[in-house]
Amino acid sequence: MSEQTNKGVIRRFLEASPDSTGKTLFVAVVLCLCASMIVSAAAVALRPTQEANKLKDKQINILQVAGLYEPGVNVTEAFGASFEPRVLELATGRFTDQFDVAEFDDRAAADDPATSIKLDYDPASIGRQSKYMTVYLLKDAAGAVDKVILPLHGYGLWSTLYGFIAVEENGNDIFGLQFYSHAETPGLGAEVDNPRWKAQWKGKRLRDNSGELQITVAKTAPAAGKEFHVDALSGATLTSAGVDNLVRFWMGETGYAPFLANLKAGDI
Amino acid sequence: MAQTRREMLLDPLVDNNPITLQVLGICSALAVTSSLKVALVMTIAVTLVTAFSSMFISVLRNQIPSSIRIIVQMVIIASLVILVDQVLKAYAFEISKTLSVFVGLIITNCIVMGRAEAFAMKNPPVASFIDGIGNGLGYGFILMLVGFFRELFGAGSLFGVTILETVNNGGWYVPNGLLLLPPSAFFVIGLLIWAFRTWKPEQVEEREHKIQVVEAH
Repeated sequence: MSEQTNKGVIRRFLEASPDSTGKTLFVAVVLCLCASMIVSAAAVALRPTQEANKLKDKQINILQVAGLYEPGVNVTEAFGASFEPRVLELATGRFTDQFDVAEFDDRAAADDPATSIKLDYDPASIGRQSKYMTVYLLKDAAGAVDKVILPLHGYGLWSTLYGFIAVEENGNDIFGLQFYSHAETPGLGAEVDNPRWKAQWKGKRLRDNSGELQITVAKTAPAAGKEFHVDALSGATLTSAGVDNLVRFWMGETGYAPFLANLKAGDI
Repeated sequence: MAQTRREMLLDPLVDNNPITLQVLGICSALAVTSSLKVALVMTIAVTLVTAFSSMFISVLRNQIPSSIRIIVQMVIIASLVILVDQVLKAYAFEISKTLSVFVGLIITNCIVMGRAEAFAMKNPPVASFIDGIGNGLGYGFILMLVGFFRELFGAGSLFGVTILETVNNGGWYVPNGLLLLPPSAFFVIGLLIWAFRTWKPEQVEEREHKIQVVEAH
């Protein structure tokens, strides 16, 4: 009996004019609910695979910036064999053992008031900066530090660029710079991924002999000399300025300068 | 409907091609054709989205209120595009990085909306599905053709496999850098439209304006 009524309701509903106000609202609400459920189900179900991909991508980028990546290698293995990740306290430039390296998440730490500071001087437009960062030490066969891979990020034109810089054991010579995540304009700002542009970074120096931070991304070479100059990307003035700001910020006193000074002194 | 299913599937390849005849979806055709691999993934993504969005819209066509029909179509298309994006991020991470924003922009691809509004709103689900597949393939066919020329002459390779050894790698071929930039796709698509219309003169439109000889006053 009740089923009969039900059927009647549904049929009457289906046969009603779709243009009535009630039906318009009903269709809109139900459709949005269904669509959002499908989309969120897919997002949740696929999250673990996506996270694994991201981690692998990050490891590939660290291998690449250190010049160790060859297509076809087992990334996890090569990464584990070469690098020693450590959590660094930026202010002192010392490693800290108060966090588990495998669990520590730089981006989460930057959002947590307990482990981050709100920046007043913020040329890289990152808002809050984590007091601790995960850095990667590349050691040679004798166990001495050969290169350090430091994560950095900052705002370009449309997006935050996340990347790594590889610095030699003297704490001043750049081995490479590479971004693994950004959404800059394809063909213009996205040319930060261009191997020919990235190759420029190799051999550049951060500071001059007096210890002044001189590295810059600009159209023309600064007075300090060519070894501190990376040519800006044509057609991507704002992305280039963003890269300049973020590199100078992270290499400066609020960034890795204390650590690099310790590294130079051979005291880490 | 006078069209047979076979015609629905094959017509959009040449005779009623969404890019060369209807000139829709040009934007993404410029962006994703610098290498064949990316073009292929984009083809598959657009074909699936067009087919399934047409099918779902066709299923709902008698229930969709006409006042909000475009929004309803957009919701269905957008959900499918997000689904495709999520799957790519999980199973084809490298390619999803290359395609970046362009997967999201399938939502605004005129072909998907065009088929939903012009075909799926008036035809049964199976026909709409086939029509969607056909138009996706028509789009993809041009994408692959453009990608073939751009990758072969711009980078000297096909699907990433070196065909013409470039000078940079110690070979003889000086690659044409223009072909790797988006504007070159305009030239290639333009030449394709010319070729298609020479082959099938019935595709040539009537002139809208004619130069007339007017007596001087």
